[in-house]
Amino acid sequence: MRTWPQAVVAYLSLVLLYLPALAVAIFSVNKARFGLNWKGFSWMWYQKLLENEAIIEATLNSLILAVVSTIIATVIGTALALGLERAPWPKSCLRLFDAIVNIPVAVPDIIMAVALVLAFSLLRNLSGIFDMGLGAMIIGHVTFQISFVTMVVRGRLASLNPQTREAAWDLFASRFYNFRRVTLPLITPGILAGAMLAFTLSLDDFIISFFIHGPESVTLPIYIFASLKRGLTPETNALSTVMLLATVLLALLAERITRKL
Amino acid sequence: MDSSALPTPIKKRSTSLSGYLAVGPGLLWLTILLAIPCLSLVAMALASRGQYGEVVWSFSLENLRRLIGFGLFGWSPDLFYILLRSLLLATITTLLCVLIAYPLTFHMASRRPSIRVFWLILVIVPFWTNVVVRSYGWLLILGPQLPPARLAAFLGFIPPGSALYPGTLAVYLGMVTTFLPFMALPLYASVERLDREILEAARDLYANPFLVFWRVTLPQTTPGLSVGIIMTFVPAMAMFVVTDILGGAKYMFIGNLIQQQFSQARDWPFGAALSLGLMILTLLSLGFRRLKAPGQKDPFPL
Repeated sequence: MRTWPQAVVAYLSLVLLYLPALAVAIFSVNKARFGLNWKGFSWMWYQKLLENEAIIEATLNSLILAVVSTIIATVIGTALALGLERAPWPKSCLRLFDAIVNIPVAVPDIIMAVALVLAFSLLRNLSGIFDMGLGAMIIGHVTFQISFVTMVVRGRLASLNPQTREAAWDLFASRFYNFRRVTLPLITPGILAGAMLAFTLSLDDFIISFFIHGPESVTLPIYIFASLKRGLTPETNALSTVMLLATVLLALLAERITRKL
Repeated sequence: MDSSALPTPIKKRSTSLSGYLAVGPGLLWLTILLAIPCLSLVAMALASRGQYGEVVWSFSLENLRRLIGFGLFGWSPDLFYILLRSLLLATITTLLCVLIAYPLTFHMASRRPSIRVFWLILVIVPFWTNVVVRSYGWLLILGPQLPPARLAAFLGFIPPGSALYPGTLAVYLGMVTTFLPFMALPLYASVERLDREILEAARDLYANPFLVFWRVTLPQTTPGLSVGIIMTFVPAMAMFVVTDILGGAKYMFIGNLIQQQFSQARDWPFGAALSLGLMILTLLSLGFRRLKAPGQKDPFPL
């Protein structure tokens, strides 16, 4: 069978996949202020990034949001994974729990965002943290991150050799000691991979943040989206390139950790 | 069961306090913020919009009437077109992704193992890049000064000096490149395991390429294909970023309409009704197949 048509499609699809990112990167080092004509190479737009206060604020917001939500989601998600995998739940119970945990994976982002908006509008009567803004965004991000952390950690837990734990039991290890010295070290790579996945998802998220952000909690994707509406500036190219590189590096790092399991 | 007693792991335990404590926070969080609000979309859809955009909790079927196209001025097909266009967008995007993903994954699977990993990473990386940035990249490429738009103008498809966006081509380019990894990665998992000797046997028995695909390749790759279709179709139906950036206001899709109800229009009940409609539409389109949660069998090698 001739295989060259496959190769042609494969290389063409790579071109299609990388063309947008490449275009952004190329134009980010273009000297021209207006238009898309090539005016020579320059790093000037990257320097301008550091002078732009709105961009610095958006970067800080993105990082705070990602760090705080990842920490919360990793703790809750790991506990959830341990509880689901280790405690002897009845079958029907487990099925219900699974359904709840899988909501963020199965439901489209936009519906999750709508659900969060509805939830916050009611919970706002209880506490100011549910007002549109960074606090609400952290809560929103944790909501979808929990599922992904749980998924990754559970996968790791399920792949553990039960005999290790039984050996510890046989050697009179207490429950806590067993968890601390046997289970936890073994699932640490899983927890780490889950946390990095959660971090990348948070950094990358646009839809959830877009629905629940406030005027003072603009994140990088929201900033870029808004600047598209206002009109393009070369700084947007530089910012987008930085963001692309950051998420790709993080994702590759996460993959390395997962591979080393 | 404490350190004092002899631990007997074989003994059937009942769920202990620590089990509840471990599961409690996570499940409570997801229930309060996601499960209950998703269910309350129904209640919200039956409410109505107050004069200032607030939610009036009075029972009315107004939004459901609007959902099937009845507006202030009687029935109009606008909403029907938006739903149809979204359905069409998701279907064609999925179809194009399938058409590209088969040759792509076959090519990947026939490489040497070391190069295979490299290809896999190349397909995964765009999956991690931000959808806003990626759409923006297409905006740059399809701009008026660059070859694609110039060629189109030269051939007379668009007036000279104008860009290739907003338009159908731009939207589909954005959609297909966004969702190709979602289709290719699960499909690759199946194609890699494909028994190639059966393919050869079929060819030796003079099956034409179409028959080989239909009777040999397709049945063997159904698991990956169905995961890929679900992972492409469902989010494609709900997409509003790509369509907003590359389609502009000219081409409304259900995702954009929902987003509008929660921002400019401030009509939450109608937004809830639309979300409900979107959920039902996606469930119906996938209805014949039991929706398998991707968590159970991780389709992504990452």
